Amino acid sequence: MEPTPLLDVVDQTVDLVTGDQTIQPVRSVSFQLRRGETFGIVGESGSGKSMLAKSLMHILPDNARVAAGSSVRYDGRRVDELPSREARHFWGTKMAMVFQDPMTTLNPVRTIGAQMTDPLRYHLKLSRSAARERAADLLARVGLSEPKRRLGQHPHELSGGMRQRVVIAMALSCDPELVIADEPTTALDVTVQRQILDLLADLRAERDLAMVLISHDLGLVSRHTDRVAVMYAGRFVEHAASAAVFAGEGHPYTAALLDSMPRFDAPSHTRLRSIEGRPPDLRALPAGCSFAPRCRYADDRCRQERPRLLPVGPGHDVACHRTEEAAAGAGTVLALGRDDPHELSIEQEVG
Amino acid sequence: MSELLLEPVVAPSDATTRRRSFLGGRAGAAALTVASLVALVVGIAGSPLPLGVRLAIAAAGAIGAVRGARILASDIAGHPVDVGFWLAAGWLLLLLLSAVFADLLPLGEASDVSKTLLEPTLVRPDLLSSHPLGTDRQGLDILAGVIYGARVSLLVGLGAVAIGAFVGGAIGLLAGFYRRGLDRGVAILSDSMMAFPPLVFLMAMVAVLQPSARNVTIALGIISIPSYIRLVRANTMTLAKREFVLASRALAADDRRILLREILPNVVLPVVSYSFVIVAVLIVSEATLSFLGLSIQRPNPTWGNLIAAGQSDFDQYPHLVFGPGAVLFITVFALNRVGDRMRLWWEPKSR
Repeated sequence: MEPTPLLDVVDQTVDLVTGDQTIQPVRSVSFQLRRGETFGIVGESGSGKSMLAKSLMHILPDNARVAAGSSVRYDGRRVDELPSREARHFWGTKMAMVFQDPMTTLNPVRTIGAQMTDPLRYHLKLSRSAARERAADLLARVGLSEPKRRLGQHPHELSGGMRQRVVIAMALSCDPELVIADEPTTALDVTVQRQILDLLADLRAERDLAMVLISHDLGLVSRHTDRVAVMYAGRFVEHAASAAVFAGEGHPYTAALLDSMPRFDAPSHTRLRSIEGRPPDLRALPAGCSFAPRCRYADDRCRQERPRLLPVGPGHDVACHRTEEAAAGAGTVLALGRDDPHELSIEQEVG
Repeated sequence: MSELLLEPVVAPSDATTRRRSFLGGRAGAAALTVASLVALVVGIAGSPLPLGVRLAIAAAGAIGAVRGARILASDIAGHPVDVGFWLAAGWLLLLLLSAVFADLLPLGEASDVSKTLLEPTLVRPDLLSSHPLGTDRQGLDILAGVIYGARVSLLVGLGAVAIGAFVGGAIGLLAGFYRRGLDRGVAILSDSMMAFPPLVFLMAMVAVLQPSARNVTIALGIISIPSYIRLVRANTMTLAKREFVLASRALAADDRRILLREILPNVVLPVVSYSFVIVAVLIVSEATLSFLGLSIQRPNPTWGNLIAAGQSDFDQYPHLVFGPGAVLFITVFALNRVGDRMRLWWEPKSR
């Protein structure tokens, strides 16, 4: 028998009230996460990945609600049915979150020490001095020099990378088992991004953390995760082992995302290919596949009937009629049908 | 062509050198300062010159002295020094200290007419005599009146601001954080308070209650509440949307912790710098009420009732009005100056 997954999300849907309409930035998202596993969620801005993270952390904005029929189980127990005494200490000690922008995630007028010791004293009931001791240890662990002195500093005295280290230290302060990192490196310099991701990987291995890594960068996510889900218009459109997703033979949207990434092995002066059209308007989604208006493989069936997330290979789920058809015919029609981007761009250069 | 290009480059540098040589560096600045101080003393200390000429000399001396001192201090310190600010802060400190220790100072009698039967009446100001600002019709010392009046002004101003900041701040914090019905109710309440003419309210208050320092403080405090509600509510609304609030919520902080630990420290800074301006406004309000006989009554001196008492003799003995009037003017000016500077100090940090 399979062990109980650490996190089991089934049909998570978020309703968001904007003006007089209700839209669903997250629609029927399901996934499981085992202890120590890293799961990546990729999508462009507005695809619902941050909303999904916030719904899992129970920090949705006032005008958003988790819809009925959704369920999130942690270690086999529904988190929305935890007794209130347990719920008070659940977020922070079991699940914690690392936010995108370290410039705004720290309170500008409070010292690092004051901000770090708050959760330690509240959740772990540490004394003031024990909390400061532990906060300094945490800062040292995330690679800050002179941790004792940092406790007395304000956020504006630290660089962006240092602040993100502080944010990570805060998230880890009460020994969570699961960390949700929402675009943890987007606001940082490229050189610092790598350091932060390496730090997260080290900490994960050291503490056997489960992690959800959210990003718009498919390359980054596939390098640092075991499994990846690609999100589009609030739904998972592909869900598989990272390498399988990165191969780009699943959903046409994933393939398009991969085509839009710069590559070292491409000839110089190769044009990057952008995805035609605009991200979908959640207020008026098409009846069929949400990606159909931008998809070059779309046919009438795609425009009328919404594809379900179905397996096309072992552990590889894709929500696309065309990929399904190709898989049934035991070939990758999609890959064949895709013309070579490099060849095309060279022609464009000449023209 | 080249001349056209050169001209704008040369012109400003030429102008700056000319300006430098005119002021002549440290020696020139020192000379300007000393000459201006002499003019100031000549203007103030009695001389046979007519009053208008003396005032003009004193004003020119004051401006020149501040300018000279600024250049001199900036040159010595190596960076720009805002002498005006330090003079303003020094004035407020002097005022505060003399109000607190008024009983210990060698001052003339300020309120008890029976003790001044032998004192000369309507003495003109002479800074070197025992009545530096002169005496009034009953032989009461004007300087003593101004200093004891400062007690009332500062007590009423600070007390009313404390009431307004505490009550208005608490209401604004809750309304800005919880929004919805509470916010709407508070908005109606504070708007109607602002729509009510303050003078009518104060007159009604005095008509019902005694015109004592305590009652005037409470009345002015109530009047200042709505502006604090607005200030704190607006700040709270923007702060509540900031990511560090979300981050502490993700660590399971409850509303009370978020309000007191995360938002309040951010709100305190604008409230304090705003309070300097409000203290100045309330000091003028108190003086207005005293002038109209709606605040503390003679013989207890206040700046307002000193001016009111002196106005019948104004054409012959202008010092009765100018003494307390000048102190009121300088104090309000200094409060605004210090408040502005405080805001500049704090703003870049809160970014």
